[in-house]
Amino acid sequence: MRATKWAAVVLAAAVVAVAAGKVHAARKSNPTGVNVRVSGSAPKQLSDYNFFVGKLSDLKPNVGVIPYDLNTPLFSDYAAKYRHVWMPDGSSASYHEEDVFDFPVGATLIKTFAFLHDMRDPAKGQRIIETRLLIRKKKGWDALVYLWNDEQTEATLKVAGTTRDVTWIHSDGAQRSSNYIVPNVNQCKGCHVLDKAFVPIGPKARHLNKTFAYDDGEANQLDRWTQAGYLKGAPAHDAAPTAAVWNDPGTGSVDDRARAWLEINCAHCHNPHGPANTSGLDLRISQRDPVKWGVMKVPVAAGRGSGGRSYDIVPGKPDESILTFRLESTEPGIMMPELPRRLVDEESLPLIKEWIASITP
Amino acid sequence: MRGIGVALACALTVFTANAATVKPGPNAQEEIQEALILAKPGSTVNLGAGTFELQMGLSLDVDNVTLRGKGPDKTILSLKRQNAGSEGLIVTSSGVVLEDFAVEDSIGDAIKTKGCKGITFRNVRAEWTGGPKATNGSYGFYPVESENVLIEKCVAIGASDAGIYVGQSKNVIVRNSRAEYNVAGIEIENCHGADVYECVATRNTGGILVFDLPDLPMQGGRDVRVFNNQIVDNDTQNFAPPGNIVATVPTGTGLMIMANNNVEVFDNTLKGNKTTNCLIVSYIASGKEIKDPNYDPYPEGIFIHNNTFGPCGDDPQGDLGGELAKYVGKPVPDIVWDGIVDANKLVDGELPKDLRIYIADNGDADFINFDLANVIAAPDNVKISRDLAAHSGMLPRLKPIQLAGRK
Repeated sequence: MRATKWAAVVLAAAVVAVAAGKVHAARKSNPTGVNVRVSGSAPKQLSDYNFFVGKLSDLKPNVGVIPYDLNTPLFSDYAAKYRHVWMPDGSSASYHEEDVFDFPVGATLIKTFAFLHDMRDPAKGQRIIETRLLIRKKKGWDALVYLWNDEQTEATLKVAGTTRDVTWIHSDGAQRSSNYIVPNVNQCKGCHVLDKAFVPIGPKARHLNKTFAYDDGEANQLDRWTQAGYLKGAPAHDAAPTAAVWNDPGTGSVDDRARAWLEINCAHCHNPHGPANTSGLDLRISQRDPVKWGVMKVPVAAGRGSGGRSYDIVPGKPDESILTFRLESTEPGIMMPELPRRLVDEESLPLIKEWIASITP
Repeated sequence: MRGIGVALACALTVFTANAATVKPGPNAQEEIQEALILAKPGSTVNLGAGTFELQMGLSLDVDNVTLRGKGPDKTILSLKRQNAGSEGLIVTSSGVVLEDFAVEDSIGDAIKTKGCKGITFRNVRAEWTGGPKATNGSYGFYPVESENVLIEKCVAIGASDAGIYVGQSKNVIVRNSRAEYNVAGIEIENCHGADVYECVATRNTGGILVFDLPDLPMQGGRDVRVFNNQIVDNDTQNFAPPGNIVATVPTGTGLMIMANNNVEVFDNTLKGNKTTNCLIVSYIASGKEIKDPNYDPYPEGIFIHNNTFGPCGDDPQGDLGGELAKYVGKPVPDIVWDGIVDANKLVDGELPKDLRIYIADNGDADFINFDLANVIAAPDNVKISRDLAAHSGMLPRLKPIQLAGRK
């Protein structure tokens, strides 16, 4: 009797286990749907999520996965970036004019970093290095990094970060190389933390407010997100703020474009709530007090990052300003931003210099 | 049977509470970093003896983790080959204890801790092994925007800014520590409530600095006690990169108080500092422009008492030292004040009592008010005063710092 009772319990447990396995298998065998879990441990492989259909390295978005772009992006050693967003059925982000949109649980930002073999001719192909995911969970955003294999067939979860040697033909035809840094989770936080909470940086109205060439034609990104049910509360796109495109004079003045470049490259740390708040330097576009964005501001803990210069920005004098010294450096401990670059953003530097030269005391 | 089970459970507990030790080796970089990322709150990450050759800084963002080596001369995190990151180690979580290891030759700061509620550095060494150089990293120990900071039995050598630097923090204790061959030995900057005691600051440009600076999120540096320290023979030529505030510190300054309020200095030994033993100045003395309307550049409520002063000031250095040599002569007195007060706070031509500078019971220490305002603006009208009686009296004693959540 006693033995039978135990056997029954064991049997019942086994049935539950089998049932659970079935549910799991059923989910896994669904080849079509995107599969983002908001609890439990993270999948080991990028392909487990079904963000892309067909050959993984083609990054062809699955149903519900929408590609997007930013007006002015962060410079990451000339890496090409492919951004996608996905949200669970029936959920949407809430629009905000200034801050990052308020995303629903399950929302996932998918960002893939690659190096074109030849920047002059994208058709020559590329090498994908990593795909970073930001997944909105109940407690907040989670950051995961998936490192691509050399065969470009799969990407695997990487916690501790690593480096990859990369080479490419630059836009000027010269061969370039770098030791690209795949960040660890803490390094991700180095840029993504605001008041101790992990937050995305790019998906703000002013950065997203632009036209994108979708497979079915061109459309404004804010409009497309709204249409797809991914965004609630957004005004018509011409009533929403727009950040300038750093290298397109048609989109703004030198001041507009330099401030847009500084915001996306620096302000995630240099703002009153970010990792570099103790410096007192605030490089958000919205900061209107010149001392706060660096004019005649004395450095605090710059150390040799000062380069022997006395102020962050000396009006009219880019070559006496600490800001340009740190952008021109590739030496850790001096260069800014600290991550993710190892190279100088040579194409944007003239803009920053032109901008400082144009500032009047 | 049951006994074995209990023993096994105990063994497992011990094992999980003290995670495996990371040993030096070719994969140590990723192994330590992974251990620090995956550490559970309350756990310890142990580092074995030997030299860990790291190419990138490390980071810790899990609360209540202890990172422990085998001793500051046995477990060495060497950043000699560092090619990325700005610190040797950065901690951004609370309740962390760092103990018994060394960080050497980091490209930027050795150990930075930011936004920590409770951070302990114990028996840790931060050193640039090539001696004082402008290319050394800025700070050895660098807790900032933190609360309940304890630094004890630590050693800082060769920082191109400050060896032990606590900035924009509340409730700070620095004790039983040693700082040598740094630009600033120990610096308390824009902090509310700090005790610095039983430390040795020697062979630095400036021994101990208590500063308050403008244009920062946390200002109004105040309530700092400096006592029972040896602040001796600070004479290393200032090697800070120009542009930094410490680049203005005259070589050979024992204790320097700038713009801080309510500072009590007692029972210290100050001697052999070649510009002066004790310098009290307003931020105006830095020669930098003040644009911050919320900033108070004047040192107020300063109480210097019962210290032992020895010879100093035989070779005053820097811009300020040059002015001192010119207007005061050599040797420069033990205690130097720039004499600049806030005109807006004067009542009937005098500062209210609690805002004054008091100097009492320091043996035969001498003093000078060298009237910096006129040195700058009206050199023919400089009125130097050696009158100690003008500073007699005392302020209420400051309360000792109590660190929250510690026995």
